[in-house]
Amino acid sequence: MVTLKINEQEVKVAEGTTVLDAAKKLGVIIPTLCNHPDLCVAGNCRVCVVEQTGARTLVAACAMPVSEGMDIHTNSLKVRNARKHIVELLLSEHRADCTKCYKNQKCELQTLANEYSFGEHIFLDLVEDHSYTIDRSSPAFIKDDSKCIRCQRCVRTCAQLQHVSAIAVANKGSHMKISSFHDRPMSHVVCTNCGQCVNRCPTGALTEKTYIDQVWDAIYDTDRHVVVQTAPAVRVALGEDLGYDPGERVTGKMVTALRQLGFDSVLDTDFTADLTIIEEGTELLTRLKKVLVENDHSMALPMFTSCSPGWIKFIEHKYPKMLPNLSTCKSPQQMFGALAKTFYAQKRKIDPAKVVSVSIMPCTAKKYEADRPEMRSSGYKDIDFVLTTRELAVMIKQAGIDFRSLEPSHYDSIMGTSTGAGVIFGATGGVMEAALRTAYEIVTGRPVPFKNLNIMPVRGMDGVKEATIKIEGTTEEWRFLEGAELKVAIAHGLVNANKVAKAVSTGKADYHFIEIMACPGGCLGGGGQPIPTNAAVRQKRMEAIYSEDMHMDLRKSHENPEIVAIYEEFLGKPNGHKSHELLHTHYIARESY
Amino acid sequence: MENKGLTKVDLIFESIDIMKVMKKAFEMTSDEIIQQILESGLKGRGGAGFPTGLKWKYTAAEKDPEKYIVCNADEGEPGTFKDREILDKVASKVYAGMTIAGKAMGARKGFIYLRGEYRFLLPQLFAELHKFHKLINEIGYDFSIEYRMGSGAYICGEESALFESIEGFRGEPRNKPPYPTVSGLFSKPTSINNVETLVTSVMIIEKGANEYFKLGTKDSRGSKVFSISGDTPIPGIFELELGMTVQEFVNEFGDGDTKAVQVGGASGFCVPRKKFKDTIIGFEGVPTGGSMKLFNSSRSMYNVLHNYLDFFAEESCGQCTPCRVGCQQLLKGVEKVKKGESKSTYLNELVKLADTMKVASKCGLGQSVGNAFKSIVENFREEIIY
Repeated sequence: MVTLKINEQEVKVAEGTTVLDAAKKLGVIIPTLCNHPDLCVAGNCRVCVVEQTGARTLVAACAMPVSEGMDIHTNSLKVRNARKHIVELLLSEHRADCTKCYKNQKCELQTLANEYSFGEHIFLDLVEDHSYTIDRSSPAFIKDDSKCIRCQRCVRTCAQLQHVSAIAVANKGSHMKISSFHDRPMSHVVCTNCGQCVNRCPTGALTEKTYIDQVWDAIYDTDRHVVVQTAPAVRVALGEDLGYDPGERVTGKMVTALRQLGFDSVLDTDFTADLTIIEEGTELLTRLKKVLVENDHSMALPMFTSCSPGWIKFIEHKYPKMLPNLSTCKSPQQMFGALAKTFYAQKRKIDPAKVVSVSIMPCTAKKYEADRPEMRSSGYKDIDFVLTTRELAVMIKQAGIDFRSLEPSHYDSIMGTSTGAGVIFGATGGVMEAALRTAYEIVTGRPVPFKNLNIMPVRGMDGVKEATIKIEGTTEEWRFLEGAELKVAIAHGLVNANKVAKAVSTGKADYHFIEIMACPGGCLGGGGQPIPTNAAVRQKRMEAIYSEDMHMDLRKSHENPEIVAIYEEFLGKPNGHKSHELLHTHYIARESY
Repeated sequence: MENKGLTKVDLIFESIDIMKVMKKAFEMTSDEIIQQILESGLKGRGGAGFPTGLKWKYTAAEKDPEKYIVCNADEGEPGTFKDREILDKVASKVYAGMTIAGKAMGARKGFIYLRGEYRFLLPQLFAELHKFHKLINEIGYDFSIEYRMGSGAYICGEESALFESIEGFRGEPRNKPPYPTVSGLFSKPTSINNVETLVTSVMIIEKGANEYFKLGTKDSRGSKVFSISGDTPIPGIFELELGMTVQEFVNEFGDGDTKAVQVGGASGFCVPRKKFKDTIIGFEGVPTGGSMKLFNSSRSMYNVLHNYLDFFAEESCGQCTPCRVGCQQLLKGVEKVKKGESKSTYLNELVKLADTMKVASKCGLGQSVGNAFKSIVENFREEIIY
């Protein structure tokens, strides 16, 4: 333990603690910008400089480890003057059109400016001296360099959490900027659209591309029938943007709010999550049979899940040779979209051309996914607009809805009934758990041998999780799997996905089934989720997801009565002709830069 | 004030028997070598002036079996060209210095980070290195040196940015601590020394610390190679004993009309004529990595300052706020004042900004921009405004 003094108060902390964290322990707040708990220390914005008695210069609290007898002052005149200068310098190269900015009142620079820079600006405006570009090429997000303060949170996110490095620092001095390979548009580089950078950008330099106005237009168009689906991870995070603490489940209120916003039908992505389990589970069992029994290697093992569009784009860029290992199942969002303009429209006797399909997602990559040319199997664009959790919160505020006072209500039907298996799609390991709950039961006729169906080995926040499930007591049809050990792996965050993909591609792993989610923690940590998202917040959301599962009457996808019905009435059998037409897709090998 | 006057010295370029001095060093223990360097009072010749013996001692104290000695030959400070001359003339002394330093701290591997513009020297440096490797092989000593090339970024002369560059990353300074002696190149204990420092340490071993200690003053021991340029009839490389005043220097090298001397390059200090007599060139006065630029009365100090600020605005790595934006603000600020678009009192705000850059920037680059800025603005305010 190390003893030091901060603002004349003594504090004892473990060796290696930073001055910033030691100060936190005393309740002393030191402002930061480039610092983010998910990322390595950068120490480049210098907003956190503090005075260390005896030191030649001020020191960056985020990067300075404590030492015995250290004497720190966080609010001396020297510190305040420097901090004011630093904030003013950042403002001088930042296009501060705050009232027009999407991040207005959610901008960390603005918050600092309110504290340190009121009245006349000291320094000259540098914005016009730079030729800043605004990159709108991605359907998922906008990169506006004129708002960038070069804190490099995005760069560190892309490299350290996602192993993508679609963006990096280019040039030096006054020309230094965050750029892509050869300054290409973001739509033409390895970017996966995961939005983790968007979630960590302290200013409006990286924001989701918003479709709020288009959705309002559709809602107010009386000629249109607007259906909305909500992803599992939205219900455990939306509350954060509406004044609740992380981990609050607001499912029922959210449904009521969506109805009040004017959506014609409020439906659940969890329904197609259940459907995904049937399709993907069947695909897995088919692959296992082909490869293990019939020795037919035209189908690849292990099979990777395909729900996460960030992961899809990652593997298309980085491991194109493994595309046959990807499940051909569309993601739940896209299955929903394809069915909304076919099955749903038929049942409700609505012209599919008049159906507008909106989805609320924790994700920015879903915006990209909806825009993929493959995603038009209904004959229309299957999903018209994707909004993030954050955008839904904005709409609720715009509509003047007092969210807290709302009475909870239930999803509409059809395509609104779901199970706990669908809900847990929102957490890392959830797809695996849902798939095992169903596949094991199909193969053995018995529920998975875990207490309360909770398959604990696949849960939790470890970057890569592995489990082996021994299949015993199979039914006649699945006898070939008797005694087999199903080896599964789960990875979340593309840096971990890359580890698993690399192991598979080099023959160092013998898994059968692998779940991958592009974002840390799975969808609950998605790029479209409320800001801030960090380890503590992700943990809370995960607990909420599993609690939601426990509160469901049905917890196995194959028991969802609407799923049973849709196969009887519309789809025929899993992986059948109609399924392949509407619910499955193909992938494209892409360049690796 | 100790004033030694101007004395020419010949240590750095003196031709010596490399083998003899290395054998002498090999017979000494690690502690004895370090002790010699400590006793000599040698401070780093790159400009920052950290005691060389201490740097070696700290690196030697680290337990890691893998350590590095890095020779900083990035020589990017405007007006400095002495390392080029040293490498050109006495490269084997640089290699010997690295070997001795390696012996002192337990490093078996050395890297020389050579300024990109000095690529033309490589063929002769390689030839010299080949001979040197053969020589130490013959006596069965395990040590080798490799060259790594810079690519023209000034910031890569900053030690931790230099490591990043060698490691294949973008040249950006690291947070300190940890210092290089604990975690330097490839996160291993590393001593990084300037070209001239390494050669000087060879001469200290050769002559003995006591001999060397006789040169210079209390705060600035020994001699130093100066790169002299600007308004002087005799530009070039000169090795001088430390401890002279700027006046004595100007008497020797000036053209009779010297109004200011920029000591230490763009990141150094500008000494105006009125302070020549009272300013010692050395750590007790104005330190320098070697760059001495003389300006006569035909020069506009505004242009001099503008040139430096333009340089810094370009060469800041751009990582930290005070340096990246501060340099641009200083540059644009003096332009506006000169044009009369900002009030002359705006210079006072800029001086305060330079102070902030000095204490809040992440590395030595941003921290020293204020040296030239303040010393020029304070001494030549009229020239900046009118």
